[in-house]
Amino acid sequence: MIVDPRARPWLLSAPALVLYATFLIVPLFMVFLISFFDFQFYGGIQRVFTLKNYVEILTDGYYYEIYARTFGVAAAVTLICLVLGSTEAYVLSRMSNPWKGLFLMVVLGPLLISVVVRTLGWALLFGSTGLISQALMALGLVSGPVNLMYSNLGVTIALTHVLVPFMVIAVWASLQRINPSSEAAALSLGASQFTVVRRVIVPQIMPGIASGSIIVFALAASAFATPEIIGGRRLKTVATAAYDEFLNTLNWPLGAALAVLLLVATMIVLLAANRLIERRYSAVYN
Amino acid sequence: MNYRNGPWGLIFHTLFIAFILAPIVMVCAVAFTSQGFISLPSGGLSLRWFRAILDNPRFIDAFWFSLGLGLLSASLAILFSVPSAMALARHRFPGREALVAFFLSPLMIPHVVLGLAFLRFFSGIGLAGTYFGLVVAHVIIVMPYALRLVLTSATGIDPTLGRAALSLGASNWAVFRRIVLPLMLPGVVSGWVIAFITSFDELTMSIFIASPSTTTLPVRIFLQIADTIDPLVTAVSAVLIYAAIIVIFILDRTVGLETLFVGKEVNDQKDG
Repeated sequence: MIVDPRARPWLLSAPALVLYATFLIVPLFMVFLISFFDFQFYGGIQRVFTLKNYVEILTDGYYYEIYARTFGVAAAVTLICLVLGSTEAYVLSRMSNPWKGLFLMVVLGPLLISVVVRTLGWALLFGSTGLISQALMALGLVSGPVNLMYSNLGVTIALTHVLVPFMVIAVWASLQRINPSSEAAALSLGASQFTVVRRVIVPQIMPGIASGSIIVFALAASAFATPEIIGGRRLKTVATAAYDEFLNTLNWPLGAALAVLLLVATMIVLLAANRLIERRYSAVYN
Repeated sequence: MNYRNGPWGLIFHTLFIAFILAPIVMVCAVAFTSQGFISLPSGGLSLRWFRAILDNPRFIDAFWFSLGLGLLSASLAILFSVPSAMALARHRFPGREALVAFFLSPLMIPHVVLGLAFLRFFSGIGLAGTYFGLVVAHVIIVMPYALRLVLTSATGIDPTLGRAALSLGASNWAVFRRIVLPLMLPGVVSGWVIAFITSFDELTMSIFIASPSTTTLPVRIFLQIADTIDPLVTAVSAVLIYAAIIVIFILDRTVGLETLFVGKEVNDQKDG
């Protein structure tokens, strides 16, 4: 059988394209659609077009607080991951081989352990009888027991732990592409170690830092397991609120609208960040 | 060419590693308690809670269920990825970049959004809570991970090898089976592995569409923790950590963790 060579790549991709069209595009479109449906407490979902759900989310202070918490925590987690993750990637890249491989394994290994299990570890550490509280009291830093469960700080710490490997990966990848002689050249010309990091290393790993931050922010803003377990009922994020609407209240239109707005808001933040980074770049290099 | 880290670098590194290991070590330690409540083992280790897992078929069943689901969805994702990767690696055509972006797009969509999309869609067509629905949803989620690595290795293949075989009279199928597929194999294997791990650990999307008869292990553990944190669920988690440590060592010796996560050129030999 002779196949038009131009059609060949499309024929080869056809199975995956059909799979995606049926089981990704259609479901996503349906979520978008039901976010405009009405919901009656006794009648269930009403198939009428309404902006009610969006108006409710945008005007109700309750949802404003949920979105503010979600993006506030995500921003804090991104910033902490940026500082910790890039520093660790740099330190790792300067180690020599048995240690380098071993510690890279320690840092990346947790990615193979379910988020639920890692979050459980933090839940065990955080309680008012947990090790963190006991250690702080033993050091005399606090007078009474500290409970980090159900606190924004606790959610931030646990999410940082879950997501920081992604930052290390991104920065590590761009550190591998740096020509090591550029660092040696700067040192031989009399630059201090700090100047080398600031003027030679950081500009070159900027793409890695940027893509790592984007991944971490997107995952932090939509995280579910960690905020649900550590944050509990009181500290809802958009993801846990949408989960409650879908599986407890059964108000699917409202849950769908929450999710659509989360997607839109995340995209806006990421595109704006991308634009900002690109502009900074052209300012540096042109 | 190797620089040494100064004292501040090493202090930072020590604290960072302690931060990474703290919750994991904590789970493993608490699992050995002899008490009936969450506490660090005092006065001797006990295997009591590990034995208790054996009396709880819920966790064992969920483990086998997740294992089967991971094997099936990773294999299906590879089956869909290989032809697409061949199309994207061996042909230059208008729309190619867009197609790559489209195939990788599930990475960009929050799993919460995917979860409620699948729940809405499956309940509309009578697939809610079915095994078929869960498998399809997992294939969609792990597909980008599989495709990315298969694509990397397919891109590295020299196209003249295939042309040489064709000119010597080999059929298209023979070229694929005897030349292209063996050369793609490292990417196929590592793609399958990362797809399996992603499926096995997935929680957020699965929790929307899992029914009592299709409960994965992460969903089972999550529901248990949401109810109450007891030494039993800690012991189950500790077993998962031990299993992960073994898998990490095996992968580091075979596929290479850097290949899996950093996406380093798959055909490269590991240095060191």
